[in-house]
Amino acid sequence: MKRSLLPWLIVAAILLLLFPAVAEKFYLQLVTKIMILSIFALSLDLLVGYTGLVSLGHAAYFGIAAYTYALVSPAADPANVWLTLPLALAASAAAALLVGALVLRTSGVYFIMVTLAFAQMAYYFFHDTRIAGGSDGIYVNTRPDALLPGVDLANDLHFYYFVLAALAIVFALLAIILRSPFGRALQGIKANEHRMRALGFATLRYKLAAFVLAGTIAGLAGYLAAAKEGYVNPEMMAWHQSGTVLMMLILGGMGTLLGAVLGAFSYVLLQEWFSALTKHWQLLMGMFIVAAVLLLPQGLIGLHQLRMKPRLPRAEDERD
Amino acid sequence: MEWLIQILNSVQYGLLLFLVASGLTLIFGIMGVINLAHGSFYMIGAYLAFTLSSLTGSLWLAIPLGIVVSAALGLVLEWALISRLYRRDHLYQVLLTFGLILVFEELRSIIVGDDVHSVAIPAALAASLPLTDTLSYPVYRLFISAVCLALAALMYVTIQKTRFGMMIRAAASNPEMATSLGLDIRWIHALVFAAGVALAAFAGMIAAPVSSVFPGMGSQVLIVCFVIVVIGGIGSLKGALIAALLIGFADTFGKVLFPDYASIAVYLLMAVVLLFRPLGLFGRA
Amino acid sequence: MTDRRQFIQQAGLLASAAAIGGLTPSIARAQTAKLRVGMMLPYTGTYAALGTAITQGFNLAVEESGGMVGGRAIEYFTVDDESEPSKATDNANKLVQRDKVDVLIGTVHSGVVMAMVKVARDNGTLLIIPNAGANAATGGQCAPNIFRTSFSNWQPAHPMGKVMYDKGHRKVVTLTWKYGAGEESIESFKEAFTKAGGAIVKEMYLPFPNVEFQPFITEIASLKPDAVFVFFAGGGAVKFTKDYAAAGLKEKIPLYGSGFLTDGTLEAQGASAQGLLTTLHYGDGIENAKNKQFRYNYGKKYGIQADVYAVQGYDAALLLHGGLNAVKGSFGDRKALYGALEKVKIDSPRGPWTMSKAHNPIQDIYLRRVEGNANQVIGVAWKALEDPARGCRMAAA
Repeated sequence: MKRSLLPWLIVAAILLLLFPAVAEKFYLQLVTKIMILSIFALSLDLLVGYTGLVSLGHAAYFGIAAYTYALVSPAADPANVWLTLPLALAASAAAALLVGALVLRTSGVYFIMVTLAFAQMAYYFFHDTRIAGGSDGIYVNTRPDALLPGVDLANDLHFYYFVLAALAIVFALLAIILRSPFGRALQGIKANEHRMRALGFATLRYKLAAFVLAGTIAGLAGYLAAAKEGYVNPEMMAWHQSGTVLMMLILGGMGTLLGAVLGAFSYVLLQEWFSALTKHWQLLMGMFIVAAVLLLPQGLIGLHQLRMKPRLPRAEDERD
Repeated sequence: MEWLIQILNSVQYGLLLFLVASGLTLIFGIMGVINLAHGSFYMIGAYLAFTLSSLTGSLWLAIPLGIVVSAALGLVLEWALISRLYRRDHLYQVLLTFGLILVFEELRSIIVGDDVHSVAIPAALAASLPLTDTLSYPVYRLFISAVCLALAALMYVTIQKTRFGMMIRAAASNPEMATSLGLDIRWIHALVFAAGVALAAFAGMIAAPVSSVFPGMGSQVLIVCFVIVVIGGIGSLKGALIAALLIGFADTFGKVLFPDYASIAVYLLMAVVLLFRPLGLFGRA
Repeated sequence: MTDRRQFIQQAGLLASAAAIGGLTPSIARAQTAKLRVGMMLPYTGTYAALGTAITQGFNLAVEESGGMVGGRAIEYFTVDDESEPSKATDNANKLVQRDKVDVLIGTVHSGVVMAMVKVARDNGTLLIIPNAGANAATGGQCAPNIFRTSFSNWQPAHPMGKVMYDKGHRKVVTLTWKYGAGEESIESFKEAFTKAGGAIVKEMYLPFPNVEFQPFITEIASLKPDAVFVFFAGGGAVKFTKDYAAAGLKEKIPLYGSGFLTDGTLEAQGASAQGLLTTLHYGDGIENAKNKQFRYNYGKKYGIQADVYAVQGYDAALLLHGGLNAVKGSFGDRKALYGALEKVKIDSPRGPWTMSKAHNPIQDIYLRRVEGNANQVIGVAWKALEDPARGCRMAAA
């Protein structure tokens, strides 16, 4: 399965490596943004595509890391990446651990709703209180400092490669994890959790580990997004954001790593294209989403195996 | 005295939320479909109230017309889109209806524009009842509460005591068995969806005079509706009523006592309920 | 197996199509001497009417000076910012980095404008703000290349403190949304009111953009203050005045607000707003020749009444025109250009005003009363009010 995707992966890697040579500043920033969203999509792919846990509140961990970065950054000087990044990741991981321990007891549509509930709590916490600038958000004046010789993250080109490196690391890490016994177990849980339990797996622990790992990687994306813009606001955690990243997965193909990256690229570029066509671009995007859900069922490999509601098997369910 | 009025505020707000959420829990419970576009139907109702009452000059005329229009819209949507989602996973339902939200918002923007509009309270109900020496309570708000209660009773009677209600309950608990017993599930689903849409739109229509009509009113009400349905238990009208009242209280008193955390309180409530009763207060497995 | 290959082909096609569509620059980069003006305003969403009014005001001024500004023809680049702070940096960069505009004009929403301020500072682009009142834009974040032709959130609310005190009110309750514009307005009102000797009994906030006011109205009734001061705008303003009147409070506890409570909303508010007093830097019935001519021309060209937003857009063009004229249309010497912009005396429909050192208008604030469908000016609440520009290093000079 992976072998047929490998040439595409190599093509993508080469394109991303060489892109800055032909791109203007604006497009460099655009692709940097897309790469950050790819990391976010990959984290959700681990959860939804490989473990079968549909979370509608994943943006919470994206936002929590972003806010942590903004809150611990000094007012005038650049923050230290090697101090602030682990801190932000830890914040997201802790939140994911707390929420996961509570929500993983539910399943199906209740799981979807309760993950949404926790994300909304985080959203309103930052939106309604003045802990971090409320609905107006807060600004960080400078990019963080990577403390590496010759690397200046304030330079858009350097930042691009920094993000590309992060994306590559996340991709490789997930590829390795998903091939490991742990990863196989996750996929087994998605296919049939009862069976895994009967085989002696403590599925709750596996699901929690996946939830925390996904939340941490989402945190990495959130940190990079905040570092890039120098601005965080509660909309980063809004349920719209959670819905958007799910959309990216459907578009690109759940259950494959490359699919998540492809989904992020396709979605953002589509959005740019539609925006250039009309100010009512959301109409086009909405229609596109409806069409994609109805007509592009591929890429959802095994999703209907998701244990949502016990029902009699139908002929269509066996299609793959 | 003020506490009593705040209780009145809570009940009134809760009852209106129940009216909007009732359609959602019916669609959810009977058809197993998560409909994120439900808030959009509320908004469509409000805009229908505005346009139709401007055309006919009367809100009393606008409401029945609006109900017909929204039910028709529900039937069309169900036939064209929703019916293709029954056998699919909840994720697809979430995404497709998410796309619908965008479509409805933009269509509204194109057709009616982005301005804020007012809908006049019908003259017969425009008075206010003095409750204290300073504060009066608008009669129209009491009217809304009465309508919500009446509808709740009507829904209860329909579902529990009529033949049609029996068919709905059968279709919800075991679709295959119901089909093999001769019930036309397709029609039941279509009617239930249309009813759900009409309920949300009706709520938007009667609330329009007090809430005014503006873009974004749909999304404001949407998530709260989901919280109500989940706390109450999917498919349970009784649960939705109790949950809506709980949220009415949490929101009203929260705003007065700790405004910064009022919104969080609502979600905290949901999380706590789910942790102790994972299927909601009155949900069935 | 075939499914997978098919899928990848489809996805690849889709991605390529999107890439081609999205990455093609939408404006040809021709080398002309035209002035590249970037308009970043809301053209969709709740504030769309404001974005349109500002644009129309701007265009009217340009037309009146023969289609040129500072002797140069204009090439417009437009971005709809949808009043979305989360997309603001990207949108601003589209104009500044992709379209390479000479001057950036925008916007309505304060959250969005702060992103624009950052982009303008980072890139050294000239920014003219035709509405957003965030104090920081000409306060802590002020810069030589940032100018505002509208107001700071501090300005319209401040005079109301004095007005309400002079009317004999001593105990006041405030209510607004918990966001920048609301908080800055209330703070400014509080500053003036308490300085005059009044007391704020309770400051209430509700989350933005929530419009369930009933609990707060009940609370106001139980506190029984002398008067109430609020900041709301748009749909929230409509709902609030209606709810307040429906609760019978309008006659018992006088309601006051900053001008946005009744601007652009009177038709929807109807009887609930009649007689309300508000303060703003514009109003209906300002008796100067410039205003009469402006309103006439605007009405003739666009078929609708001019409002404060149209005036602010109009003045933005006047500012640019005046400044560029002084330096013969050249962007070569930035310092000279900014200095010229600072010195422009704007002959505005609202009355003549000048730029403060922090680049915010020093202007008269009018007291207005709602009469029918108009905010009738009944006096000047404060003459030549200057925003204190707290935290601005330029003003400290």
